[in-house]
Order: sequence, then structure tokens, then C-alpha cells
Amino acid sequence: MSAITRDEVAHLARLSRLALREDELDQLAAQLGEIISAVAKVQEVAKGDIPPTSHALPLTNVYRPDESQPGLTPDQALAGAPAVEDGRFRVPQILGEQE
Amino acid sequence: MSELIRLSAAELGAAIASGETSSVEATQAYLDRISAVDGEVNAFLHVADEAALEQARAVDARRAAGEELGPLAGVPIAHKDVFTTKDMPTTAASKILEGWQPPYDATVTARLREAGLVILGKTNMDEFAMGSSTENSAYGVTRNPWDLTRIPGGSSGGSSAAVAAFEAPLATGTDTGGSIRQPAAVCGLVGAKPTYGGASRYGMIAFASSLDTPGPFARNVTDAALLHEAFSGHDPRDSTSIDAPVPPVVEAARRADVEGLRVGIVRELSGEGYQAGVLERFNESVALLESLGAKVVEVSCPSFATALSAYYLIAPSECSSNLARFDAMRYGLRVGDDGTRSAEEVMSLTRAQGFGPEVKRRIILGTYALSSGYYDAYYGSAQQVRTLIKRDYDAAFEHVDVLLSPTTPTTAFPIGERSDDPMAMYLADLCTIPTNLAGNAALSVPCGLAAEDGLPVGLQIMAPALADDRTYLVGAAVEAALREKWGGDLLSKNAFAV
Repeated sequence: MSAITRDEVAHLARLSRLALREDELDQLAAQLGEIISAVAKVQEVAKGDIPPTSHALPLTNVYRPDESQPGLTPDQALAGAPAVEDGRFRVPQILGEQE
Repeated sequence: MSELIRLSAAELGAAIASGETSSVEATQAYLDRISAVDGEVNAFLHVADEAALEQARAVDARRAAGEELGPLAGVPIAHKDVFTTKDMPTTAASKILEGWQPPYDATVTARLREAGLVILGKTNMDEFAMGSSTENSAYGVTRNPWDLTRIPGGSSGGSSAAVAAFEAPLATGTDTGGSIRQPAAVCGLVGAKPTYGGASRYGMIAFASSLDTPGPFARNVTDAALLHEAFSGHDPRDSTSIDAPVPPVVEAARRADVEGLRVGIVRELSGEGYQAGVLERFNESVALLESLGAKVVEVSCPSFATALSAYYLIAPSECSSNLARFDAMRYGLRVGDDGTRSAEEVMSLTRAQGFGPEVKRRIILGTYALSSGYYDAYYGSAQQVRTLIKRDYDAAFEHVDVLLSPTTPTTAFPIGERSDDPMAMYLADLCTIPTNLAGNAALSVPCGLAAEDGLPVGLQIMAPALADDRTYLVGAAVEAALREKWGGDLLSKNAFAV
């Protein structure tokens, strides 16, 4: 049984940038424990030197020819932005200037 | 009620081509149908109305100008809200994208337009395609036209419900763990998951990139094949797109001949946990194929028993990474930006309010599985299981041409029955997940109604990668034989039949 503590869920939520409520943390801790113990079944069969498969196809990187192509106009790119200023995305404070 | 909405997509396309009717007339008939029944079904998140008629007028004008158009030109279609559309909102049924109008079309969208298909609107789905019932939509549940108290399947449940309720002759979907085949099965439709890489993912909002596959919904196998062909094929904008010809699915659907075909029944996808009425219809279909000249054998794929576990590690892991792009900075929802909070705080508040419970659950689960210290035990082991599943398929396809199973263990379950029990919900994809993990082709075709509840049952046909045509061949043979037995389409037995 892989028990997951509430503190672990809170840590995962911080890593995932999710400001979860207290009741969500409690509920997720219980549910994740149940899900993890069910899916842990993979460890019983995945043994030894079986190579991992990350993808159904053999992947190779693909480059397009290095030619300029029309892209979005600044107006199109900014059309869905939550906030815009002087033709740019306006975002909340990123660096700790006020500290 | 217009006669036009009874026609198959192929018939409607032919009627438009011959001038018997027009795309505008057909589109209007479907828009009328949507306004008459969608209040009950809730298949659509957005109905295009005037924009749809505009597309229809453009197709009629292209034809009048003498342009050579494909077999589906002028035919209306319902489009899953996971594909970007530059003239309609795209939300993936999430609050985090409410009202978002993308600046570009997905490749699948663009190809529908090139083929002259008329997009009627965008269909409801489980948020970011995570779910098996469409109950995870942020915009309300979609109801199954066979029984409005039941789920239409998911995640492409709006698409399956729209086609089953005669609100569209065709629809698009995406299949990551069964999100086309399972809703098709529980709504009595044909639904296909093409070979991974057979159709472009460009502009398809990502859930689990190594598994996500666009595919068609239709009322019959030939219509599904025509749609499959219309939007598939290589796309330089998707690095996982296969640079090979589209398998001859339409030709296979028309041939429908299984004489001498080697058919394998997957032993592991049957038995305990499967509804008796589902197994009864499944066994009948197998006997039917035998009577049509197919050679049936039982096949064992032992690692399929672990496929569900591997999937619920791999898909959430990929989702936790893919959904990091919803950061409240460049598009979509932003919450709590009051000048005192940092970008990181705004991001965390926005994501907590913008994502629903299942999406949060999978992000946390994926973050856990990818964490240092747990990575090898969970994600690494799941990737090894993926190898074992591919090996099982490879071994089976040395002896048989296709594999069969029920598409789902049960018929459509009641709305609300599994919504508080994630593990019970995940079991709905038990039979469909192995195909996604291996990247193969599969199709679900209706094979009758279960005796206990009178609800549709789906037969799943699986084939090797790039042998999509075999799934259509077998599906069409079963469909033809069953239509003869039923004296028409299975769909004509549903409450919304016209």
C-alpha cells in the first residue's frame, strides 16, 4: 500500500503551480494513495532488461527548411492575452523588485 | 423534419454533388435539428449558425464555379472542441480557455475545410480529453441519445451524442486511451482510432502527446472511412506525422470481404467484469465472421492485463508536462492579478481555479510519477510495460490479421455512477488502451443491443500500425451482415431516430 501524505500532495501541488484548497489536498491524498497502489502493478511485470518504450514510433527530429515564412502578426499573437501594454504581453511581477 | 438528415454522409455528399440539394440546404436542416434537440442532449459547446451557413455558401459557390470537389464536399460535420478553429472559440471544455479564439486552424480543421466539409460547431468533451463520460466538462454533461440518464462516453462524448442524435452526420474526435472508440460503442456508432502519426496533431490541444490520435465518428463504416481519408496524411508541422500514403480505408470499407482472413480473439479482454449482454453480442459477431469465411483462433496477450496501470502512469505524466503551458501569461484565464501578487502566485491561483478536479488529479499524479526517487519505479516501469504490450501485438500479428475484443466491458453507465470513483471510471478504457500504448490502428463497430438494458454494444477490431484498412474491411463485413439481420441501421432503434 503506497500511502501518500497530505504534505506530499501539498509539495506536488507547489511543483505543479496549483494553489489547492485544504479540502482538495485531503481528498487528493486519499485518492492518489488508491490510484498509486493500483498502478504499482507495473512493477511486478517490468523486470530486468526490458528496454523502455517512450513512444509508439521511432522518433527523429525534423527540421523545416531555413526559409522565412509568414507567421502571426503582433495583433494576432496578442489577441488572446489577459493583459497587453504597448504591443507586449503585460505580466505580473516576475523579479523580486519590491523586496 | 428534413429527409436530408436521414441520409448517410456519402449519400448526402452525392445528393449535393448531383444538384439534388445544396450544402446550404443540408446545413440549415442540421442547424434546425440542433436547435430542436440539443437542449436535451447538450452535445455542442458552440453552434456556428451563420458561420456554418457561410461555409456552406462558399462550398456551393466552389462547385458552381466548376471546382473538382471530394465526396464529402458540402456535408456538415461536428468538430470536437479540442481542435483549434480560427473562426470559432476553442476551449477543450475547460474554464481556463473560456472564450479563447485561436489565431490559427489545426491541420485537421484546415483539411476538413479543404475537403469542403461544413463545421456546424464545436462539441463537448471531458476537460482536456481526460475522462470516459464527458462528465468532466466544465460546461455541463452531455446525455446519451439512447437513454438521457446515461453517459455518452468520453472524452469525445459531445461528438458521439451529436451523431447519434442526428445533429450531424459525421464528427471528429481524439483518442488517447479510447476516447473515440468507447463513445462510439456506447452510442451505437462507428469510431476509429487511426495508426498513431496517421493524422496530424498540429493544433490539437495536447493531453498525452505520445498517445493522442485524431479520428472519425460516423453512422456507418464507409462514412467513417471517407472522413478518415479526408483529414489524414503527412503534415510537416507535426514531427510525429508519418510520411507514408494513407491506408486504403475507403476501398476496404467498400470491399467488406473477410473470406480467409485470420482473426484472433484476445483471451485477456473478456471474462470477469464484463457485462453478460456485451459478451453475448461479441460472441455472436465472432460466429458471424466465421460464417463469412474468416478463420478464428484464440490469442493470448498476457501483458494487456497491465496496460491500464501503465496508461495511468504514462498519460498523467505527459499531461503534467503538456498542461504546464497554461500559465495565465499569454492567453486564457488570469486570476488574482491585483498588482500585489507575483507571476508565480497568479499562475498557481489561475490554474487552481481554471482546471477541474480530474485535470488537477492527473497533473498531481503525473508530477508524482515523474518525481526524482519515483521516476524509475513508476514512469520507467510503465515504459517497460509498453514494450511488453508491443511485443504481444507483434507476436499475435505473426499469426492473425486482426484482433477482436469488445470495445468496452459494459454498456453506457448512468450519469453520476462513477464520477466520484476515479478507478471505476478508468476501467471503461480497459479494452481500448493497449492499442494506444502500441500506436496501432483500431475501430469500433456497433454489434447489437445488450439484452439486459437495450443499449448498444461495440465490437473492437485491432490491426497493426498502418494497416488501418483491415479494421474497416472487417467492420464493413460485420456491418453488412448485421444490417441484413436487423433490416436497417442499429441507430434507427434509438429514441432520437428520425
